[in-house]
Amino acid sequence: MCVVCGCSDTGAPAGVAVNPATGDLHFGAGEARVSVPGLSAGRAIKLEADVLGENNRIAAQNRQHFADHGVTALNLVSSPGSGKTTLLCATIHALRARVPALPVGVIEGDQQTSNDADRIRATGAPAIQVNTGKGCHLDAPMVAAAFSRLPLHGHHHPHDGAHDAAHAHGHAHAHHHHGGMPSLLFIENVGNLVCPAMWDLGEAAKVAILSVTEGEDKPVKYPDMFAAARLMVLNKVDLLPHLDFDVAACIAHAQRVNPGIEVLLLSAKSGQGMDAWLDWLLEAMAPAEAA
Amino acid sequence: MHEMSLAGGVLRVVEQAHAREPFARVSLLRLAAGALAGVEVSALRFALDAIAPGTLLEGATIEIDEPPGQAFCMGCGESVEIRSRTDDCPLCGSAKLQPTGGMELKVVDLVVHDD
Repeated sequence: MCVVCGCSDTGAPAGVAVNPATGDLHFGAGEARVSVPGLSAGRAIKLEADVLGENNRIAAQNRQHFADHGVTALNLVSSPGSGKTTLLCATIHALRARVPALPVGVIEGDQQTSNDADRIRATGAPAIQVNTGKGCHLDAPMVAAAFSRLPLHGHHHPHDGAHDAAHAHGHAHAHHHHGGMPSLLFIENVGNLVCPAMWDLGEAAKVAILSVTEGEDKPVKYPDMFAAARLMVLNKVDLLPHLDFDVAACIAHAQRVNPGIEVLLLSAKSGQGMDAWLDWLLEAMAPAEAA
Repeated sequence: MHEMSLAGGVLRVVEQAHAREPFARVSLLRLAAGALAGVEVSALRFALDAIAPGTLLEGATIEIDEPPGQAFCMGCGESVEIRSRTDDCPLCGSAKLQPTGGMELKVVDLVVHDD
């Protein structure tokens, strides 16, 4: 089996249930209803002093894997209800109009249900739902397992015997960029402004989404997340005329915890700011295209 | 409540140490949770107590140090200590601080026994 992403077609990691129809993964299927790294019986060899070292090691593998496949991965983080999935659906439609050939895939993280992945699939884009059970965040092994089930993982592979053989031997990952178009992977994290900040998934950047129906001081209430994000998207700005939300104050709060953070104002519903968002996405992909 | 996952990570580090140099039990486990690590120490302690029974951590005394955050101040160019990401520079009052340390949760050391 592939040591990098577990992408052999057999089964899933221990304790993980796979929906045979959709490929969705449920990490909370065991007795404890939660996937807790370290509670498994398996022992690794290397000693890591950093408690997140094991996650970070897999995240680094994901990052290399994404690079090898020409994939730019973005980790979307926010509170529940900020409009992440609506924004993603609108983004997929808008990208299809702007860059019709661009492959886009989505990994959807939630504690339960495949509702969000179903919404993404309804746009025609491939999506894998990862249910974390009681878990409050995605971790790097979950993303590795989900990515291996997305077509983005396969679309750069020429289906010749040599490569398939390399794959079967544990993915030494000599595979280079095989040409064709780079692709975009959105990882929609569990709605939670606390825990996902700590877990590197191998993404190129975290994008924090804050809707203007929330408090403008959320960046200072949840500083770790906004410190970890490269971009803050202020969503639902079509509602601003009806609210007391102070955009300038919100941006100042975000810059207080992250002086370098970029900010975009956007409405997934009205389309306001969508062009600038697509510009940002395509620019985020630039290093992958240059590779 | 990501501290439960972190507690699992602590146990994994201990298990890895045990695999390299086997021991019978751990009497002391020392952790360092930096002020900017995003770790709620009381929740981490609760989670470690919850998972300890039946594992290598059972019976171990757990000490958790909380080193302060370190940051580089873009206002005055000094390296300063901070307690949270929303602190201002204690020297010049600037809010433009770039954290440089105290962002990790680490297993510092173990005291183990062969009996």
